[in-house]
Amino acid sequence: MSPETLLTLAANDGRVIPDIAVGDAPLALRGMTVSYGEKPAIFSVDATFEAGKMTAIIGPNGAGKSTLLKAALGVIPRLSGEVSVYGAPLAAARNRIAYVPQRASVDWDFPTTVIDVVLMGLYRKTGLLSRLTGGHRAKALDCLERVGMADFADRQIGQLSGGQQQRVFLARALAQDADLYLLDEPFAGVDAATERAIIDVLQALKADGKAVVCVHHDLATVSSYFDNVFLINVRRIAEGPVAQTFTPENLHATYGGRLATSHIDQLDLVAGA
Amino acid sequence: MDAFVQALFLGAGYNAALVGIGAALLGFAAGASGTFLFLRKRALVSDAVAHATLPGVGLAFIIMVALGMDGRSLVGLLAGSAVTAGIGLVLVEWMSRKTRLSEDAAIGAVLSVFFGIGIVLLTIIQTMSQGRQAGLEGFLLGSTAGMLFQDAVVIAIGGTLAVAAIFLLRRPMTLVAFDPEYAAASGYDVRKIDLAMMGLVMAVTVIGLKLVGLILIVAMLIIPAVTARFWTEKSDTVVWSAGILGAVSGYVGAAISASAPALPTGPIIVLVSAALFTLSLFFAPARGVAAAVIRRQRFQARVHHRQGLLALARQEPIHDKLTLKVLGRDGLIRPDGVATDAGRAMAAKVARDERRWDVAREVHHDVSLTGRYDGLTPIEDVFTPDEIAQFDDVIGKPTAVEGA
Repeated sequence: MSPETLLTLAANDGRVIPDIAVGDAPLALRGMTVSYGEKPAIFSVDATFEAGKMTAIIGPNGAGKSTLLKAALGVIPRLSGEVSVYGAPLAAARNRIAYVPQRASVDWDFPTTVIDVVLMGLYRKTGLLSRLTGGHRAKALDCLERVGMADFADRQIGQLSGGQQQRVFLARALAQDADLYLLDEPFAGVDAATERAIIDVLQALKADGKAVVCVHHDLATVSSYFDNVFLINVRRIAEGPVAQTFTPENLHATYGGRLATSHIDQLDLVAGA
Repeated sequence: MDAFVQALFLGAGYNAALVGIGAALLGFAAGASGTFLFLRKRALVSDAVAHATLPGVGLAFIIMVALGMDGRSLVGLLAGSAVTAGIGLVLVEWMSRKTRLSEDAAIGAVLSVFFGIGIVLLTIIQTMSQGRQAGLEGFLLGSTAGMLFQDAVVIAIGGTLAVAAIFLLRRPMTLVAFDPEYAAASGYDVRKIDLAMMGLVMAVTVIGLKLVGLILIVAMLIIPAVTARFWTEKSDTVVWSAGILGAVSGYVGAAISASAPALPTGPIIVLVSAALFTLSLFFAPARGVAAAVIRRQRFQARVHHRQGLLALARQEPIHDKLTLKVLGRDGLIRPDGVATDAGRAMAAKVARDERRWDVAREVHHDVSLTGRYDGLTPIEDVFTPDEIAQFDDVIGKPTAVEGA
């Protein structure tokens, strides 16, 4: 068969994805593969995350959601693929990205206070030698205020509840004054008040034209919190606006048999989409 | 005792004064740099690094003798020890990163193999004609007898450089110790910072070889940090107070050892350090064992107090001795176990509060408030008087506790 015929066949089959222009998207990944052993955790993933939008990365456990974020940030090495941040290579655009790791990834008995954790968000700007000034402290307090934690500034971090810990991590990201916010399961195991506080902050960022990307596990809140979804299970399943993409078909394709049809029916999905 | 006081004020002779000052400087550098190892939870890597210095000492001696130099030159021996310590460090790092071995296994392998090679070399040196008086076995446990002015200078220069490096790198090293993922995402090269931290530890180990020896240097790196952690919740304070604790242990240890003929310096320094650790372990205000026991007992008493009152309200017999004791102490029951008037009143209040919580869970949908129920938090701390009055309306009029 001629290459043209093959391409047409494949295109009809839906397997060849037209080349998407990377442009100046806040975060664009092309052909990204990450492998821990000899089994890829994510395979050849393309993704584009937009400015002024909140995007949920959705997929079952072990689908590579966190891996995708960490590899995009260079926290773990990638086997192949390219990362572009606002049209620039990752290294050139570091200061435009803020990352909120999973709460459980650190030891909360570490000897440090709430405000000192937030000040860590300013380390890149202050450099090695310069002192942290009252201005830095005021800035950190302001970020704590935005997540409703200003009263806890001088507490030891080990005394915080899970939700409060998550808010402190968010305040540290806010201190960076970034344009692209990548959050790994920000709503996992937090109380209702914290969930509300976090979503308010994220929506304010979105309104400012920032790009917000969350690894998210609660399918029930996807429609109310997010504009876009990115469905992943090792490979990319689908991405796009919630209204068109968060469909029973795509969820089945993502979760396979792990998500019962009855469960999907209960979700607030786009009717008939 | 007089000899000790004399040594404490540098009056025990030139050598003792040199040893005291050297030990204090070394203690400061070791305590401060060891803190980052402790915070990074990699304390034992320093043990592998320390043991890996031994083959370097032996090889440097053999090479220097072969070149016709004085094999005992301290700078030469230390340079040799730094080389093999560096190789050991890189091996541990490489094995835990590139193979499936965990870091503790890599540490065990490197530590024992390098130490074994070192002992073999030392044995060979013993058979060499220049080897008998070399005194290289002093590097195992430290020896201060022949400490020279230049030895103290090596410690002073090396220690000052180490402290300067700590000051410069304290923020990135703290960040990497607390949250390596975030550090990497912010563009820090975590591997390089870790290597810098280990390089610092290696430098301190090498300059401390002569004084405390490679087997005990780990104690000078780790014990001050662990001790300081008992007293503070701020990482900067842990770093500098570990330095001070290390300096005090070094100085006092050296003074004790100078005050009597048969007290080895290195081990005494470690024992002083361990004494400070033991004191902190038991008596530190927030994290000490004594404070924890007292907190636990107070909490237990509160739980028994509350449970006892609930039992009184339900007119159940109380058998638990601690409950009886707590209620009796507060004058809520008589020695025969019968509730006093105060006890009955409190019991009625407690029973009503439980009922109020039940109502709160029904009418209040704010889980962040009703979720604060833990049996001990007073309802007045969670809800406003208006809200509580509202709950009371739902419950109806107070009913008297029977027998009141």
